[in-house]
Parts: sequence; structure tokens; C-alpha cells
Amino acid sequence: MSHQTLTDHNALIGGYPFRALPDPSPARLVAEMDRLGIGAAWTGHLPSLWYRDAAAGNDELFAALAPWRPRLLPVPAVNPVFPGWEREIERAHGERCPAVRTYPSHFGFTTAGAAMGELTAACAEAGLVLVLTMRLEDGRQRSRLDVVADLIGADVRNTVRSHDAVRLLVTNADRAIVEEVHWGSTPAESSRIRWDISWIWAAPEDHLQHLYRTVGRERFVFGTHFPLRLHENALARLELAE
Amino acid sequence: MTPLAGAGPLVDVHVHFQHEASGRSDWREANARRLAYGERIGITLHIASILGSWGHTSPTYVPSPDDVSEGNEAMRAIAVEHPGLVRCYTTVNPNFTAHALKEIAAGAERGALGIKLAASRRASDALLDPICEEAARRGVPILQHIWQHRRGEVPGQEISDALDLMALAARHPTVRFILAHIGGGGDWAHSLRALPDAPNIWVDLSGSGVDRGMLELAVASVGPGRILWGTDLTMDTGLAKLRALTSMGLSEDDLASIRWKNAAKIFRLTTISQQP
Repeated sequence: MSHQTLTDHNALIGGYPFRALPDPSPARLVAEMDRLGIGAAWTGHLPSLWYRDAAAGNDELFAALAPWRPRLLPVPAVNPVFPGWEREIERAHGERCPAVRTYPSHFGFTTAGAAMGELTAACAEAGLVLVLTMRLEDGRQRSRLDVVADLIGADVRNTVRSHDAVRLLVTNADRAIVEEVHWGSTPAESSRIRWDISWIWAAPEDHLQHLYRTVGRERFVFGTHFPLRLHENALARLELAE
Repeated sequence: MTPLAGAGPLVDVHVHFQHEASGRSDWREANARRLAYGERIGITLHIASILGSWGHTSPTYVPSPDDVSEGNEAMRAIAVEHPGLVRCYTTVNPNFTAHALKEIAAGAERGALGIKLAASRRASDALLDPICEEAARRGVPILQHIWQHRRGEVPGQEISDALDLMALAARHPTVRFILAHIGGGGDWAHSLRALPDAPNIWVDLSGSGVDRGMLELAVASVGPGRILWGTDLTMDTGLAKLRALTSMGLSEDDLASIRWKNAAKIFRLTTISQQP
């Protein structure tokens, strides 16, 4: 099966503080994409979650991806409660990035507050998708030092309601979260949310197929959560859901 | 058509089915889906269990004796319905020793291949000894539900981790144990770092976890000769792990060991049918 037209909307590069990852470099990401026939990847920077100054992480991201563009599309991180974040939006826009990522729990702001409203407004104005990550790992295996809360459905609802033109991509959500947000939002709000499939079961319980029917197939995008999870997982889900 | 997991025998050692008493109105459809996906993937043998009433009339991991019996009976009926494709474990709750031994005997008489221990009693507990002695006498393996790295108690389960199972396995060196679902939650590295010195414990790859690095560490820690393929609740992740193993550069023989040869050895299977 060829997936050359597939875009991975949920890739990252870089190390992770709580466990060793097999080669999380852009070269390895591209090698995996070549092996599996994946065309492009929206690519963020994993270490930026733990940087106080996300802009410094973005410097590393842009530099690391420079040899691999346009196949790897940078998705920089934006911390709206740290000075200069607006310049990161401008940089993302200028660099033709498809999206920016933000991590409310890691950066220490509430999705119900003014900072999120300012960020979503800036994203909407710049034409950038805003990426929210529900979780990084299965909660049962987390390190004792990994005390940052996962996002919950309310965080997604708060974010989509904070600006009426912001477009969201929500990664690593399971069926329960998707349904809670979808049926807890207006059709107009829901139409601005996309979900990646990396955390949604496909077989044998058919969660993904169920969501295709009830939420709409057009709301779901391919995503792998490299370098934490196997590429084969999202591909198997896609294949088994057909 | 070639199965998604490729041609050749493929044994799923960690399978669950539903039944009428489990309280799911779609239990028949759920079972049919599992078998249909199994055919697409290329599973040639499902070795399966039912854990009592799946929480409907007693807790999933601490099932009542009556629910254990009813679940085992339903599981055996499914195996009879699909000869050559489905075999079963006998599920027991070790807190009820006489009942557990009676269930094991009933299962053995009707072709059960192994014993399934959920999380009714910690694996290291002495109450598991009579179960293991019976397993040794009958020459069948034990599949033990595991939480990878137990860091405290968990609601609804008396959970065990690799160290608990290793204590049991050391007391019963002739019994073959399966450490359940290395991808089923918890710190898989904790289990895999512990297991090199436990030669009578095999690792089952099932579970929803698909972390990069897990398969590499499994191969490095216990070797392809002590890895079993399985799915548990998610067959998509099972397929993904199988494909990832294929890409790791293992030899054909090592892949065959993980796909079916190790299972054939510990379950003492004489024939494994292949999908058409």
C-alpha cells in the first residue's frame, strides 16, 4: 500500500526527558516516512515543551528542519504568557508554517483565560492552525517527575470558543474526548476542529469507524506521534478502518 | 488475498471474547468483529479467555466463582464453534482454591490450553501455589495479567508486576508463565529489565501501547525466543507491532518464533492451521 499522499500531522523531533527514544532526529523521521511511503509531516520540537523560552526551541526546530523542507513542515511552539510570543506567530507566518503548537499545562496558562484568547486571535489572523496535544504518554507509565496534567475536553472547548475563526488540530485524543467535545460544541465550533487518529482505536472495537460516521470522516487527519509511538500504528488504524 | 500481517501461521496468545452474561447487548457482534479482523490480519489461532461477567454481575478482575464458571463455559462454547481457530484458557480466581482447581480440571477435559489469572490475588501470593502446582501437573502455561511496574494499589484490581510474577515463577520453575501485555499499561522498561533472569517467563506483546523502543528492548532483554505475539483489546496495535518487528531486521526464524513457534512450544501445539 502506498501512502505517498499522506501527511503526518502529528510528528515531533528531539529528545524526551522521561525515557530514551530511538533516534528522534529529522533524518530518522524522513527515513521512516520513506520506508512507509508518507509524503510530508507537520513537525514540532519535543524539547520545547520544557523550555521556559519556547522561541529558543523554535530556533532549534527551524535549524534542524532546514535541510528537510518542504517535506518536513515546521510547527513551532508558542507560549502566550512569555514575552515576545507575537514574534513567533509572525515568524511562523513568514516561514509558511501550517500551524503552531501550544501546551497550556506545560507553559502554565489556563485555556479559559485571556492569554488563550489572544493566541487564538493571532492564529486566526495569521491563518495558522493551532495544535493542542491532549497527552504525550499513556498516563499509566508516566514518570514520577512528569506531573503536568493532561488536557481535558474542556480545554478544547475553551480554546475553540475563544475566537470564532480559530482552527484547531487536536492530537492524541481518544474516542471519549472526541465525542465529549463534538457533542458539547455547536456545529460551527466543531467544524473548526480536526482530530488526529493516532490515539483512536480502530479494531476490533471500531472507535475510529464509529467517529467517521458520527463526527464526520473529514474531521480526522493522519498523525503518528513520532518519535514516541510507532509509525505503523497509525497506518494500521487507517488500513483497518477502511 | 494475502493477510495484512503476511502469510504463515500467526498465534494470538492474548484474546478476549464477550458472552451473553457480560451485559453487552452487542456481544455477538463484538465477537464476530474480532474474528473478522483476525481473518484480515491473518491470525490462524486465537487463544482466548473470558473474565467472568466482565464486570456485569461481579468485578472483571475479581470475578465471583459463579461468574468464572459461566464465563469459562461460554469461552469453551466459542472454541467448539470455531474448531482449529479458537482455543481457550481457563480463567480462575485463586481466592477460591477448590473452585479454581475444579475449573482447571473441567477446562482440561474440554481442551483448554492454559490458565488465565487476572488480578484477583497478587502473583507472589501463596494462594497461587496450588494453581501453579496444577499447571505443572497438567503441563499447561499460565497467563498472568500484569501492570508494568506496580507503584501502588489500583482500584478494582489486586495488581501484580514483573517482580511479583518472578517470585511466583521462581517457586515453580517447571511452569511456563506468560507476562501479559507488555504494551498494556505501566512502565514496560521496568518489566523488561527484570525479566532476563526469569527463564520460565515469556513476554506477550499485546496491549494498546505502541511506544517506540519497547520492541527493541523486548528483543534485547528476553530475546525472540521468549516473546509471544498477542492483541488483547486492540488488534490494530498488534498488527502495528508485528509490522514494526518485521522492519527491525530480525531473521525469518526469529519472526516465526514470535509469530507462532514460541506459542506452539509453550502451549504444546501439534498443529496450527493456516488461513486460506
